Amino acid sequence: MTLPLPLATSMTSDVPLGWFLTLGLFMFVVGGVGVVVRRNPVVVFMCIELMLNAVNLTFLAFARYQIVPGASTEQAALNAMNGQMMVIFVMAVAAAEVAVGLGIIMAIFRLRNEADLDDMSALRG
Amino acid sequence: MIREQPIPTIDWLTLAPMTTVVVAGLVALFIEMFRPKQSNGPIVTVSVVGLALAGALTLAQFGMEPGPTFAGMMVRDQVGLVLQLLLIGVCLLTFLFSDPYLREKKIAFAEFYQLALWSTAGGMIMVSTTNMLMLFLGLEVLSIALYCMAGMDRKQAKSQESAIKYFLLGAFASAFLLMGIAYIYGPTGSLDLGGIAMIAAMPESGYLTMAVFGVGMLLVGLMFKAALVPFHQWAPDVYQGAPTNVTAFMAAASKVAAIGALARVLSASGALQEFWLPALFWVAIATMVVGNFAALVQKDVKRTLGYSSIANAGYVLVALLAHVKKPDQVPLTTALFFLVVYCLMTVGSFAVVSLAAKGGEEGTRFQDLHGLWKRAPFAVGCLIVFVASLIGIPPTAGFFAKLFIFQDALSTGLVPLAIVLAVTSAVSVYYYLGIIQATFVSDEGARKTVSANPSFGLNLVCLFCALAVLVVSLAAAPVSQWLRGSTQLPGEAQARSELQLDSGGRVGAR
Amino acid sequence: MTANQVVFLVLAAIAGLAAVGVVAFGNNPVRAALLLVLNFFVLGFIYFTLGAQLLGISQIMVYAGAIMVLFLFVIMMLQLHQRSPIVEGREGRGVLAWLFGLALAVVVFASVIVPLMSVSGSPIGDEYGTPQSVGRVLFTTYVLPFEIASVLLLIGIVGSILLAKRRL
Repeated sequence: MTLPLPLATSMTSDVPLGWFLTLGLFMFVVGGVGVVVRRNPVVVFMCIELMLNAVNLTFLAFARYQIVPGASTEQAALNAMNGQMMVIFVMAVAAAEVAVGLGIIMAIFRLRNEADLDDMSALRG
Repeated sequence: MIREQPIPTIDWLTLAPMTTVVVAGLVALFIEMFRPKQSNGPIVTVSVVGLALAGALTLAQFGMEPGPTFAGMMVRDQVGLVLQLLLIGVCLLTFLFSDPYLREKKIAFAEFYQLALWSTAGGMIMVSTTNMLMLFLGLEVLSIALYCMAGMDRKQAKSQESAIKYFLLGAFASAFLLMGIAYIYGPTGSLDLGGIAMIAAMPESGYLTMAVFGVGMLLVGLMFKAALVPFHQWAPDVYQGAPTNVTAFMAAASKVAAIGALARVLSASGALQEFWLPALFWVAIATMVVGNFAALVQKDVKRTLGYSSIANAGYVLVALLAHVKKPDQVPLTTALFFLVVYCLMTVGSFAVVSLAAKGGEEGTRFQDLHGLWKRAPFAVGCLIVFVASLIGIPPTAGFFAKLFIFQDALSTGLVPLAIVLAVTSAVSVYYYLGIIQATFVSDEGARKTVSANPSFGLNLVCLFCALAVLVVSLAAAPVSQWLRGSTQLPGEAQARSELQLDSGGRVGAR
Repeated sequence: MTANQVVFLVLAAIAGLAAVGVVAFGNNPVRAALLLVLNFFVLGFIYFTLGAQLLGISQIMVYAGAIMVLFLFVIMMLQLHQRSPIVEGREGRGVLAWLFGLALAVVVFASVIVPLMSVSGSPIGDEYGTPQSVGRVLFTTYVLPFEIASVLLLIGIVGSILLAKRRL
């Protein structure tokens, strides 16, 4: 089966690797800023998900472009699988984290009907 | 070529301890399923038996041929085995005093035992793998279980608050860790830590920058977990808010796992140490200073112990830095010995503090411990031993642990670290004695304090930890000698010479 | 500029703007969540252009589908969208955070990414990213992590029951 142009991994891709990495870095930083700026735990958590996706994009870009010097074709194909595996496991971990994280947030809401990180001050020195 | 991917060879014995712990958790889950909401006795029994079996399987592997299994996903080596055994021990000790405590707090949920077992398994993975994917998974297994355990007291706002803080900051740290792994994966194509040493040898400078960025982010993620300054803010809050038995487990197990992983990462990236050693030097100083000085002004015992655990992470970082600087001269033994002693002291002191819970109430401020001496003289006697060891008073193991680190730091030229260690230890005397003093103050004043009767399990934990702290100190030299056996991480020899690069195919990209 | 580059730039612009929107509209959780769905959805397409077919599909199904639905579900259930806007009295801190973040990004970009700006992707074989090859590797070399991930999901189940069930 032949695939449409951007999908064809048997051809050279003319989008530079740096573009993907830049997008990944940008999303990572925006997510990180969001974690610092935002106070609502659900939104903070969404920003963390944004960071995880930025990481996934970085992994896949490195996996596709294979910049390892001196690697044979077979080795490059195996190396490329490593990056994809990492992405699969990040997705699995994110799913588990979402289940637990939203569970914690719901428990808090049930307890105090208000979830705002600034209000949380029972734990102070 | 991917279709011919072979099935990796499996050394089941290397996986056996971790698998046993996971299976013990599953059996505990089934017991709870078939007889819900009854006494947790059988679950504790099954868990303890499972942990003992896992401990035996770990012990059986000492002296066996070290090496990777499962395509390098797990490795057997002396360091990993010692730390695995330590994690199993921490879990076991926590379980012994958990049941009475949880019943006093009226949160005797059986899920605690399963989560703690799986969390232990996650830590065991972290300390004995060189694969960054496994490192990440182990970390998440350890942490996600801990988030749930921290929030298991569902009627207490502070327990929930500690859970959400721990969760959000932990997930944030994981994102940094992953970004680091991505930028190490990029130039090596491998998820193995051994790849870092290869990048350092590469001629292109762009690869080096990538690797330095990657290792930096990876270290930030791990420093969060180990609660090193400036990534420590979560620790006191979480330690204070979580149920005390969870705090004991968390303070010991997550620190051991994080330090173990940190040791592997630092050893593997020894070739890049000109970049990170200066930064970590200051991190160690800041951790010791902030941990000890912030502990001075706390009014809550668990918080004080939380800052004390931050300070202890600083001490052990000094040992790691000394080791990485001169791996041939200074073995990792010092750090391992310190971690063993730290776990005994920490679990023991939190076990005593857990006595403050009675009838669903728990106060952990200093005045809530007033009069404890009269009600539980044996536990307080043991607490004195733990505190003496935390301070580092000579006959106890804590003294020798700190002394070894001090010597290592001096012999590797990290003199400022040695001086800061000594000075901050002296400062710590004040707040540690405050804890002891609180238990002796009479409670016949304005406010009556309550405390649970020490259970048999708790007394056993106190007795074991106190004896171990004293006995280990008597045997400090031989124990240290025994640990010295072959406690070199595989990464080390690699970074120094290319001799072992092809042993077991650990470095995928070769 | 080739067709591939144009496609990438369009997708990247949407993804980047959506990401900024998640943070900028963060005081309305529903809006932030929908923008995040958009971001994840577009990312799925970027994965396709990288040749990762299986992961592109999983991205859309797992992230844009399952995970974000869970988020929206919780937001609706807790009625976060009806609450009075949560205090955002930290404008100074917000600006500082943005400045610091962007400065960091520029430094990393200049030192790490710029050397990779001209790297183009060499052919990597037809098998790359297909379900067959991913599955093959997942169940051979990576079968131990696969099992650990199953323990992790079990922890997620037991843990969220422990936290969120009304009566234990």
